[in-house]
Amino acid sequence: MKLTVNAKEHELDVEPDMPLLWVLRDELHVKDPKYGCGAGLCGACTVIIGNEAVRSCQTALTDVTDNVRTIDGLAAGGTYHPVQQAWIEEQVAQCGYCQAGQIMTAVALLEHNPSPTDQDIDEAMSGNLCRCGTYPRIRAAIHRAAALMRTGA
Amino acid sequence: MASLGKIARRTFLFGTAALAGGAAFGYWKYGQPFANPLTKGLAENEASFNAYIKIATDNHITVIVPRAEMGQGVSTTLAALVAEELDVGLDQIQVEHGPAAAAYYNRAAISEGAPVPRFDEGFTAEGVRGAMGVIAKFLGLQFTGGSSSTIDGFDPMRQAGAMAREMLKQAAANRLGVSVSELTTERGSVRHAATGKTLTYGELALDAAKIELSALPPLRQRSEWRLLGQPQKRVDMAAKVTGAPIYGIDVDLPDMLHATIRMSPYPGGALKALDGAAALKMRGVSKVVRIESPFGNGFGVIADNTWRAMQAADAVTVEWEKPAEPVSTQSIFAALDAAFDTASPFHLRTLGDPERALAETPAERQIEASYRLPHLAHATMEPMNATALFKNGRLTIWAPTQAPGVVKMIAERISGVQADKIEINTTSLGGGFGRRLEADYCDYAIRLAMEADGRPVKVTWSREEDMTHGFYRPAAIGRYRAAIGADGMPLAITGSIASQSVITDMVGRIAPLLPIAGPDNTMLDGAYNQPYAIPNHRIDARKVPLPVPVGSWRSVGYSINAVMQECFLDEVAAKGGIDPLELRRRLLKDSPAALGVLEKVASMADWTKPLPEGRARGLAYTLSFGTHVAEVVEIAETADGIKVEQVWCAADPGVVLDPGIFEAQMMSGIIFGLSAAISQEVTFADGMVEQQNFSDFAPLRMNQAPAITVEILQQSPFMGGAGEPGTPPSMPALMNAVFALTGQRMRELPLGKTLSFV
Ligand code: FES
Ligand code: FES
Repeated sequence: MKLTVNAKEHELDVEPDMPLLWVLRDELHVKDPKYGCGAGLCGACTVIIGNEAVRSCQTALTDVTDNVRTIDGLAAGGTYHPVQQAWIEEQVAQCGYCQAGQIMTAVALLEHNPSPTDQDIDEAMSGNLCRCGTYPRIRAAIHRAAALMRTGA
Repeated sequence: MASLGKIARRTFLFGTAALAGGAAFGYWKYGQPFANPLTKGLAENEASFNAYIKIATDNHITVIVPRAEMGQGVSTTLAALVAEELDVGLDQIQVEHGPAAAAYYNRAAISEGAPVPRFDEGFTAEGVRGAMGVIAKFLGLQFTGGSSSTIDGFDPMRQAGAMAREMLKQAAANRLGVSVSELTTERGSVRHAATGKTLTYGELALDAAKIELSALPPLRQRSEWRLLGQPQKRVDMAAKVTGAPIYGIDVDLPDMLHATIRMSPYPGGALKALDGAAALKMRGVSKVVRIESPFGNGFGVIADNTWRAMQAADAVTVEWEKPAEPVSTQSIFAALDAAFDTASPFHLRTLGDPERALAETPAERQIEASYRLPHLAHATMEPMNATALFKNGRLTIWAPTQAPGVVKMIAERISGVQADKIEINTTSLGGGFGRRLEADYCDYAIRLAMEADGRPVKVTWSREEDMTHGFYRPAAIGRYRAAIGADGMPLAITGSIASQSVITDMVGRIAPLLPIAGPDNTMLDGAYNQPYAIPNHRIDARKVPLPVPVGSWRSVGYSINAVMQECFLDEVAAKGGIDPLELRRRLLKDSPAALGVLEKVASMADWTKPLPEGRARGLAYTLSFGTHVAEVVEIAETADGIKVEQVWCAADPGVVLDPGIFEAQMMSGIIFGLSAAISQEVTFADGMVEQQNFSDFAPLRMNQAPAITVEILQQSPFMGGAGEPGTPPSMPALMNAVFALTGQRMRELPLGKTLSFV
């Protein structure tokens, strides 16, 4: 089976129903999507397929037909993606475990909606749990990232 | 731990008798410093100055932060303590956790555990705290907990930086033939102003490390600080916004196997029968291993992929031994209720004569209330996991642990390998909250590694396994009573708590040979040790042993007692016809720092301004882990239920080393507490935990999280922690807000059982 991750193609010999999360983590050694619940409840495993943020723990390998983007593919040419930049400026992460998933969900949100309101943020981000309670700073960082992206900084 | 055998013959007292017990066996060893664990394993071009600093000739500076980074920012704040005195920027250093070693014992956490109120800075109080520190050092306990890391590191880590700086200056003076007093240091270099000559720390390191200073250099005054007291960029932020593989679950070693475990759902229950035949036929599965450990009985499946291991674990046929009397939530609360009549109570402090005051107050000026709080799980975002390699008589462990010293102790016990052949690597932690003070997940990984023919094994738990095999925050029942004076103020408050003892349970697991006796002061934390000037006051506690493993949960006993006492004070205020803020203001009049956070939060929330219909506020105050915190929670009634709109928090930790990280910790603690208060409980049916995943043990989500404003004061005369103190007042403040909104007293958690929240 074939799988494209961050524009790199891989040939795999695994069960077609293996969740994408475990294909990435244990077969391809791509460790940035995290395992949190295995049940679509926490969003720690979020990646972007095509243009949509998806839960890789709930996506069977066989159902993946488009390029998979993980946080590892965000920074281009050694510069942070504006969302990562905003996350650093707002000093969002605490334990950090949920943050790869949070950032990927935020990237997908901003690709669809460059100027999200607080309510848009609530709707897009509520599938991503943070046990450290970084929500206030995530909200601030998304607004900041939106501003950074609008000004092209 | 050879020393453990010796003290095991004595009883390890955590209670009021600890002073005599602790001091008697400790002092002889206390005076001797532990060996520097960095002298082993230095690179050729590298020199170690003390247990915290390594400098290489290429100017690579390493600072050891021997505490677990679990989100609380300790790797940044503790490194800043060293950097402040060493005169380097945080951007110039590498932070490492370092090895598990006795030199990194935690003195402050055990001192804070002494049964003396934190505001009592008198001679006796200091004496008892000092003795508890002796115990920590004697046991060589290295752990991260009790919001103690910055307090514990405050002097030693600054001293380490200052000593290395002075050694570097002396080496430069020798080389330049000038006097030390002519030299200054800045950003990793020593400079001789008169000649403009500069030497980098790297150039001086090998010579400097050999220098012996004749005296300890004095530490800088607070007014001279450049890094401390200012918000720093966290040293771990870049790794965390790029998804770097820094957690235990990300460990990836050549030839590594992937495993999972399934332990008996009945705490302590045996494994009766195991049939792994079907599992062994599945792709990638190499072994099904029976696990019999003091932590639990069950099995592990070793495979070449975590998902395959988890699928195969489902295919194992297993029969668990069911306990004769399976525990249930009903049986737990029945046992707690019964303890009020059967178990003998202990208390740690009495003010005045509460019985007499109650007897002399007419019944119509008395009130009573009883509170009921559930077991709670930690549910760290990163599920339990550990990696172990057992090869050529050596054991290596990679673990996201808060207690590497404990891991080493149990590793020795399980494997029979000597301590010097055991290596513990502490990874970053995807949350701790006290769960990772336990060593069960390391125990199981070691046992599986011993069956893995010399290959490393990473053992990852499913979320369900994690949720159902915790060391839970104990359930508790509290019964409070008050006599109200003619002025509306409380004349007397008494209370009784029935709960499990966390300390008895935890120490029993770590050191089964060490008998524990005496009171467990964590059971009264938040009740007996608050600076309220209530003329007659006593809260007592009854230890109730139950077949449910309990452990430290963010803020431990404060998460129980602050809820009960702060809610009860609100009831007292209502009965006496006094505003809840005004009541606390009068009771805290002799504690300026407590009063300070109270007045601050009142002005932040504009407490006296009336709210529109359908909105209400609640207030609570708690002194915990040395930090005074007052919080106001504002809620609103909506068509779909109650919405928590806003939280104001004023906190006084005495000295704040990093205001940015401190603020984040307060927010984190508040959301942690509100999550528990609104929707979390661990319940038991037929001997087993009912909750399985984030569907039935739900933390707050983005759409539910309130806006939070934090202000930091620095008036308190002692230094407090950051990781835990935000949590305790958040829960009663919410409960008091619900009363203000609905007129209904909430005396049971979680609130979501009886009210809807959005
Ligand atoms: S691990 Fe996929 S949603 Fe939680
Ligand atoms: S930062 Fe720890 S779970 Fe989100």
